[in-house]
Amino acid sequence: METLQAIAEALRPFWGLWLMGLFLAIVAWALWPKRKAEMEQHARIPLRDDDGEM
Amino acid sequence: MFSHSKIEQNVILMLVLILITVSIGGLVEIVPLYTVESTIERVEGVRPYTPLELRGRDIYIREGCYLCHSQQVRPFRDEVERYGHYSLAAESMYDHPFQWGSKRTGPDLARVGGKYSNEWHAAHMADPRSVVPESIMPAYGFMLDRPLEAADIAERLETNRAVGVPYSDEMIENAAADLEAQADPEADTDDLLARYPKAAVGDFDGNPALLSEMDAMVAYLQILGRMVDFTDLKPEDLRQ
Amino acid sequence: MTDQASARTSAYNEGVIRLLVIATMFWGVAAFLVGVLIALQLAYPVFNLDLEWFSFGRVRPLHTSGAIFGFGGNALIATSFYVVQRTGRTTLFGGETLAGFVFVGYQLFLVMAGVGYLLGITQGREYAEPEWYVDLWLTLVWVVYLLVFLGTLMKRKEPHIYVANWFFLAFIVTVAMLHIVNALALPVSWTGTKSYSLFSGVQDALTQWWYGHNAVGFFLTAGFLGIMYYFIPKQAERPVYSYRLSVIHFWSIIFLYIWAGPHHLFYTSLPDWAQTVGMTFSVMLWMPSWGGMINGIMTLSGAWDKLRTDPVLRFLVVSVAFYGMSTFEGPLMSVKPVNALSHWTDWTVGHTHSGALGWVAFVSFGAVYFLVPKLWRRARLYSERLVSVHFWIATIGIVLYITAMWVSGILQGLMWRAYDSLGFLQYAFIETVEAMHPFYVIRALGGVLFLIGSLVMVYNLIRTARGDVREEAGAPAVAPGMNPAE
Repeated sequence: METLQAIAEALRPFWGLWLMGLFLAIVAWALWPKRKAEMEQHARIPLRDDDGEM
Repeated sequence: MFSHSKIEQNVILMLVLILITVSIGGLVEIVPLYTVESTIERVEGVRPYTPLELRGRDIYIREGCYLCHSQQVRPFRDEVERYGHYSLAAESMYDHPFQWGSKRTGPDLARVGGKYSNEWHAAHMADPRSVVPESIMPAYGFMLDRPLEAADIAERLETNRAVGVPYSDEMIENAAADLEAQADPEADTDDLLARYPKAAVGDFDGNPALLSEMDAMVAYLQILGRMVDFTDLKPEDLRQ
Repeated sequence: MTDQASARTSAYNEGVIRLLVIATMFWGVAAFLVGVLIALQLAYPVFNLDLEWFSFGRVRPLHTSGAIFGFGGNALIATSFYVVQRTGRTTLFGGETLAGFVFVGYQLFLVMAGVGYLLGITQGREYAEPEWYVDLWLTLVWVVYLLVFLGTLMKRKEPHIYVANWFFLAFIVTVAMLHIVNALALPVSWTGTKSYSLFSGVQDALTQWWYGHNAVGFFLTAGFLGIMYYFIPKQAERPVYSYRLSVIHFWSIIFLYIWAGPHHLFYTSLPDWAQTVGMTFSVMLWMPSWGGMINGIMTLSGAWDKLRTDPVLRFLVVSVAFYGMSTFEGPLMSVKPVNALSHWTDWTVGHTHSGALGWVAFVSFGAVYFLVPKLWRRARLYSERLVSVHFWIATIGIVLYITAMWVSGILQGLMWRAYDSLGFLQYAFIETVEAMHPFYVIRALGGVLFLIGSLVMVYNLIRTARGDVREEAGAPAVAPGMNPAE
């Protein structure tokens, strides 16, 4: 409990900043142009799942 | 290098990341409520429920009263005028579970204790529309006839003690006797009142011959909001 | 027909999913029926029947648990089992046996919980009413459910885990965490039903609403978003609008949701700092919610005409529109001054139902309409026109319900705080109760319509499962999304 509280208190002043950083990292990752084609392939997974194609 | 595709392909890694992501909020919000001392105001008077009040509270929970009645007065002018002083965290600190509720189909009950007579409560619960014609509350007439089950009252107090309610050995030893005495107009209630100040005593349901569920229910309602004396409070007592 | 059907059995485990779909519809109709009963009780107290087992306080948890865990839960288990097999191109881990245990165990949980409520066996924790022994049983069933789902993901043949499964996984894991923590209680005796919660007062309040709010966030949102991400693309026959947006949607929504619980406790004895954190995150939640909504609806871009011709797709897409509406209303109600008015009133009930009926039920209806022809190996639904009838009856029911609750909620909130010219409270509490009556009647009517719609659906599904096809002008010979070769 005490360690948890120490961690929480140490992080509290910066939480806005580091969460925003983390969020931007995820956004940048997802929108990176190189991954566009790959992601479009992923999006098609449900459309190629008919029977007998296991 | 970090790569989201690793997460997308590794089930266990994804599981762990989800767990971390969803744990942060709960830890940061809930843990301090237990560790920060100022969460509960430093007021006097809040005590464990008497055995009879506790049984009444069990029935209150059993019947789902919390689905229509809140026990939480907010610090607004109209609520304070309608119900009384706004609710303190201290007032529900022995409530396992809390019964603040989420809906006021009926009025708030946080401070209902002492506002109506025992007779009114018994009549109102047995047949709500006999005293409040527009009421939409269900009737609870069966509580008048049903003997209160209390064979395990000491175990109930002990269980509450185990989860943090400060019942003393003396309270637990006398649980059965206290339960009987509180609803018995003939009983000597000095010891009971020494253990549980401000408890309402006497016959609650209009039938002294039977210790009914109605006795317990009314005894519980009559203590709600009466433990803390608000005439004698300083602002610093209320700080969180 | 039967022989022909069995000859074409799927390579996937579908027997248990058929049972789960039947259970979904059974609990759905039961929960809507009980909902109508309690709505009538509030309009006319005589419907409490003067019997303790049928009084509002005991029946209301039966309605909420029946709808959330009975209808919603079975829909989630059914669809997650279906989706994880199809998108992983593999059968269920543990096969029909382990999944069958989840099915039987889960129905047993529901029956034990529901019978308990009517007998007065409850922990008195909203949306978590089952007593300790039922909670323990559910924990076991849920762990097996997680095992089946995880195991299936691990033995999948598709390298990438499709995004719908992320949402299902987050739902299963987080609900396990919430349930286990919130249900911690000490029984009075190991042979009795009564227990006392480990938590009390203000800490209990936040723990319970951390659970309660995230039951909405992970059970009723994340899980059903999993349904959205699979069934809308399937029914529309096109990939989701933006897979990249779905990645952002996923991580931001599961992170933000978990913080928002304190918005159920504004202006209470909960310390102010916790209320402020809760409000901040609740308002932020609006963004990922709408990101998800846009992703779902825009999947139809370029194919909007399908909304006109395909009533199943209409259910799915309108559900996402309702999702957008309730996730705008939610953050609005989480702004403290708005909450000061809306809290404790029917506005909250209306908000809950625009989410529960408009989003959760509609997306489930869409998924079930999609699944039944697939699972029973039928070329198409018995009648698409009946789907359309269901859609319109249910939509009118929802509109009646939520508008009645908006008016009654705001009216009651204003009446509570009204002062007369002399500075006294203008209304006694009972006058505000009386003023609710017409709206409670309208609400009950809305509920009746929603119930009727679900009965139309059950009829349609039974005829579909039996292999009947209704001749309808303009109906496609083969349902959209169905492989003609089948």
